[in-house]
Formats: sequence, structure tokens, C-alpha cells
Amino acid sequence: MTAWWPWDVLIILGAYHGLNPGMGWLFAVARGLQERRRSAVWQSFLPIAIGHEAAIAVVVILVAVAQFLVAPEALRITGAAVLFGFALYRLWRQRAHPRGFGMRIGARGLFGWSFLMSSAHGAGLMLVPILLKLAPTGGSQDLTLIAYTASFSPWQGLLAATLHTAALLAVMALVAVVVYERFGVGFLRRAWLNVDLLWTVTLLGAGLITLFS
Amino acid sequence: MATLLRADPTFYASPRLAMQAPPETVAYVIIVNPGKGPDGLAVVDANRDSKTYGTVVSSLATTHSGDELHHFGWNACSSSLCPYAAHPHVERRYLLAPGIRSSRIYVIDTKPDPRAPRIVKTIEPEEIANRAGYSRPHTSHCGPDGIYVSALGSPTGDGPGGIFIVDHDSFEVRGRWELDRGPQYLAYDFWWHLGYDTMITSEWGTPKMIEDGVNPDILLKGGYGHQLHIWDLPKRRHRQVIDLGAEQQMVLELRPAHDPSKAYGFVGVVTSLKDLSASVWAWHQDGNTWKARKVIEIPAEPADPEQLPPLLKGFKAVPPLVTDINLSLDDRFLYVSCWGTGEFLQYDVSDPFSPKKTGSVHLGGIVRRAAHPNSGSLNGGPQMVEVSRDGKRVYVSNGLYKAWDDQFYPDGLKGWVAKLDAGENGGFELDPKFFVQSDQRFHQVHLEGGDASSDSYCFA
Repeated sequence: MTAWWPWDVLIILGAYHGLNPGMGWLFAVARGLQERRRSAVWQSFLPIAIGHEAAIAVVVILVAVAQFLVAPEALRITGAAVLFGFALYRLWRQRAHPRGFGMRIGARGLFGWSFLMSSAHGAGLMLVPILLKLAPTGGSQDLTLIAYTASFSPWQGLLAATLHTAALLAVMALVAVVVYERFGVGFLRRAWLNVDLLWTVTLLGAGLITLFS
Repeated sequence: MATLLRADPTFYASPRLAMQAPPETVAYVIIVNPGKGPDGLAVVDANRDSKTYGTVVSSLATTHSGDELHHFGWNACSSSLCPYAAHPHVERRYLLAPGIRSSRIYVIDTKPDPRAPRIVKTIEPEEIANRAGYSRPHTSHCGPDGIYVSALGSPTGDGPGGIFIVDHDSFEVRGRWELDRGPQYLAYDFWWHLGYDTMITSEWGTPKMIEDGVNPDILLKGGYGHQLHIWDLPKRRHRQVIDLGAEQQMVLELRPAHDPSKAYGFVGVVTSLKDLSASVWAWHQDGNTWKARKVIEIPAEPADPEQLPPLLKGFKAVPPLVTDINLSLDDRFLYVSCWGTGEFLQYDVSDPFSPKKTGSVHLGGIVRRAAHPNSGSLNGGPQMVEVSRDGKRVYVSNGLYKAWDDQFYPDGLKGWVAKLDAGENGGFELDPKFFVQSDQRFHQVHLEGGDASSDSYCFA
């Protein structure tokens, strides 16, 4: 594997998250239609993206801390187990969603909604195999605490989350603007594929990669 | 109960898109048994090209007697596309039919054969009482995050009435909806402005105030409901009371504009103590508060006391009794049922504050007993109204509530369902080929795939 692969997969996953109507672009369009102004669409993007990034950051921090405490082998297996467990939970509880939100939430509400929505969908968890890949492998095999600090740095983690979110933001904004300006939401009837299933499959895939990479 | 790939084809993002839906081929109508024995659900053929058009093709009986089925609603509808809780891949499939007397709710599966629905689950009154503290469930609306059901009162038959939530998936009662009900005590109907995170509820009476028939003592004191309540929908908190005045007795069906960007709607008032007139009020948002004003008034008609039931003899007049109203999906035409005078009215409400009458038809009525082209004289009057998604067909049935049917139509109300064809720019006429009559009584009508009172939308 080249040093490239974790980064381009991060971007591809960001684009994938951006395409999912449940992750934000549909909300941006709805706000524009409700308030009958284009700027309401544009003003939705940043709070949604920051909420998404925050959800990713939680996972990045968790993995970063775990690297200090757990052996790489155990971390991989735990990560895979969490991913499998989460995928099964999503299969069982497809309609679970954050409560207490409505159409008239402001920027802070959008941020909170996006954070919860991304967390509940396991958007950050999906990145676990990539985060583990960022850690230089083939380093020290010593089972001392110091050895595990040879993992990805906080800056690398932040960069990963931001790169991913930038891809999400770009795709979300593109889809929202095209739908708002041109197509309207009518096409949802034909084009809204059951992302929930695909999402679960992706989580399972991420679990497999974590386990066997 | 999830569609595998695409969203349920009966979900539409906006009311404008839903108007392009194909015509319904089946209408579901609640059957109320006037004597002992189970109530049920009639499947009426609504396909004009069918040989059995306008007849009951099958009927489902419930498992108990004395439920008094009344209103009913779908498990999921277009609100599943709402962006903050989007779940487009559940199916519109199950009808929840509450018994307003027994407090039992039947979950009815309309698949695989929409013409042969069957009961798949029963929610028992104890579950509603234990988990929500309510009884006498009434209106059911599919919300973005659960099925909302209103209830007239507590298990003892007093107040407060309110709203409880039923899980979309398991059909288990999740609990009481209100976190802070403020001064609200009486309950009846509810609906919402999803675009404004606002719920509206109306008032009839507690079970004890209505179950033995309309009580003249309560009525003449202005004791039945006369207020609207405005709520914060996601926060589940009471925000405002709109009092229409104590003389405005029984504030019933709520029809908010379907377009989520419009903050107004209509509510019918059964009768005014001043002159027995009935009225329709329009509520609207004004800055941070909500207001309501009377936009339609329908006067009582003088009548010979000989022709009136005991309850009305002293008044020498027939009250119009507006008991149901319905609004077309384009928010343009409002249909108003006058159950007392037997008149069915259509108004152009393009300007919600100055409605223009565009149609009138007579069927039944306490005195008039007007016939359908396909019938002899009728009793009961136009009552529950349903409008097709495209706005071209309007269905109306004549049953109100057993104890009240018997007071206003003591000769024994005989059920019927009629259909009208509405013109594109107003006006309507009875369809001579569609007339269902029965010794049973009929209540709410819902149409295959959704109609003007079944769905709500998050996209303007």
C-alpha cells in the first residue's frame, strides 16, 4: 500500500456522507424552501459541516487516546467489534433518530442535529480503519507505553477529520444547490435509495477492513 | 416493514407534488355498529372503471363489540421525508383505528391485498392508561418521529385529555406527549405546522361530558370547549391559548394549510349559544403570537318544532352543526359539513380571511331529509369529509357519534357515503354512480395512498 490510500479513502467517505440526504443537504434545501430564500440554504452548510466534524473528532480523540492504552492488535479487534456491533444496532433500529429537533432550529440547532445525526449513524466510526492506518506501522514492537506513542499525531487526526469534512461540505453544498435551484425535491421519489442499508454494509465493511488490515 | 430500495412511492415531499398522485382505487370507511356487535372497516371500490365502483367490496369486523371506531390514520406518511428525522423507506401500510369508547386501538394491515385488510395487533386500553394516563383515543396523525394520537380524557372519564405517542415500528405506546400542558384541560383534535414547529389542539369535552349525549346544562353554560391551544412541537410545551369566546361551543376539526411555509389554518365551531349559528375560524401567526378570527358564519334555519327532535324543539330552529371541515392540498378549497341542516358547502379560501362560497349540495338534514339522485329521503347529514390528493373527488359520510346521532336523528340514523366531483375552479356535483347505503353507520373515510387529512409535509 502506498502512503496515499488512507487519505483518498477519507475524502471518498466524506463525499459519500455528503451524498446521504439524511446527513444534511436535504435539511439545507428544506430550510431554503421554507423561508423562500437562497441564503437559508447556504447558511445551513457550515453548522452542519462543523457538527459532522465534531462527531468525527470525538472518534479521532477516542482512537488517539486508546492507542496509548491498548496494544495495536487489541485496538484493531476492539475497533472491528464496535463497528460490527454498531452495524447490527443500525439494522435492528433503523428508525432511531435524534429527538427534539424541528424545522426552525437555528445555526446552533443545526450543529447539534448534525453532531447527533453523524454520531448516531456512526459516521466517525466508519473512519476507524483509516485512522488506524494513519498510524505508522512496522514501528516498535515493544509492549511499553512509549512504543504506542509512535501513532498518529493529534495534527494528523485533525487533518484527517477536516479533509473528510471538507469533502462532505463540498458534495453536500453541490447537491443542495443543484436540487434547490434546478431539480426540486420531486426527484427524491425516484432517487432516494435506501442509504440505511448501504450505510450498514459500509459499517460492516469498515469492520472487516479493521479486522484484517 | 421497509421498502428495500426506493422511498415509499406514496410519500411526497410537498403538497404540490402530492397533487400529482394517481387517483385512489380504494376508499376505507369506518363502520360503526348501531347495536351490539363489532364495528369494522369497509373497503369501497373507488375505481371508476371497475364493475363494483361505488360499492363495498369487503369489510373487516373488529374482535370486540362497543369500540365505537371513529377516526383513523396511517402508520407512516409523507412526513417521513422531513429532513430532521428522515425515514423514507418505511411503508405506508398499517391503519391505526382507535375505538373512542373502548379506548382499544386496532392496527390494520392493508397489505398484501389492499382490498382485504386484516387486524395484526391490538393496543389495549390498559396500555394507553398505564403508559400515558389517557383514554378515549381520537385523532391519529403520522408524525416525522412517531404516531401521535389525541385522547379525550383520563381513564376515569375526566380530564385532562391530551396526546400520546405510539412507536412507528412496534406500535407500542411510548407515553404522554406533553411535557408542560399549561392551562390545557379539554382535548379533541390536533394537527401541526411542521414548518413552524408548532402544534395546534382543539377542545370538545371530557368523556363524562359527551358519552351520554350532548348535555344541555353544560352546553347552555358554555361548558364545552371553546379554545385553541398553541404548542411548541419539538419542545412539547404549551405556548398560548386562543379563546374564541365561551359562546362558541365545541371547537373541533383543525385544518392547517398544507404548505408548510404558510402559518394559517381553519377550525370549525359546532354552534354558537347566541343564535345557534355555526362558524369557521382562521388562525394565523402574527409576530410571535397566534390569533384567530371568524371567517365564515352559517346561520340556523327556522323550523316547525313538530319536525325537531326533543333537544331542539324549544329553539324552533335547526342549527347547522359544522362537525367537520377539510382543505384541499393546494390550500384553495375548504369543504364544510353542516350535519344539522344537511348542507355541504365549498368555499374558495385562496384568501383565507375572506372565503367565497363556490358550491352547495343538500343531503339529509334534520328537517330537510334531502335525497341523493340514487336514493329516497335520507337522514343524518354530510359529516366526515375526505378530499382526494388531486382535489378532484370529495367523499362524505353521515355518522357523528352514536349517542349524539340518536339525539339529533332519533328515528335511527342510517349510514351513507356519497362522492362529489369537484371542478378545477370551484363548484361540485354529486356522482350519481357512487352512493353507499347501509343499516350500519359510517364515520371517517381515508383514501388509498393518502388524502387531504392524512399527510403532512416539510417541503414548501
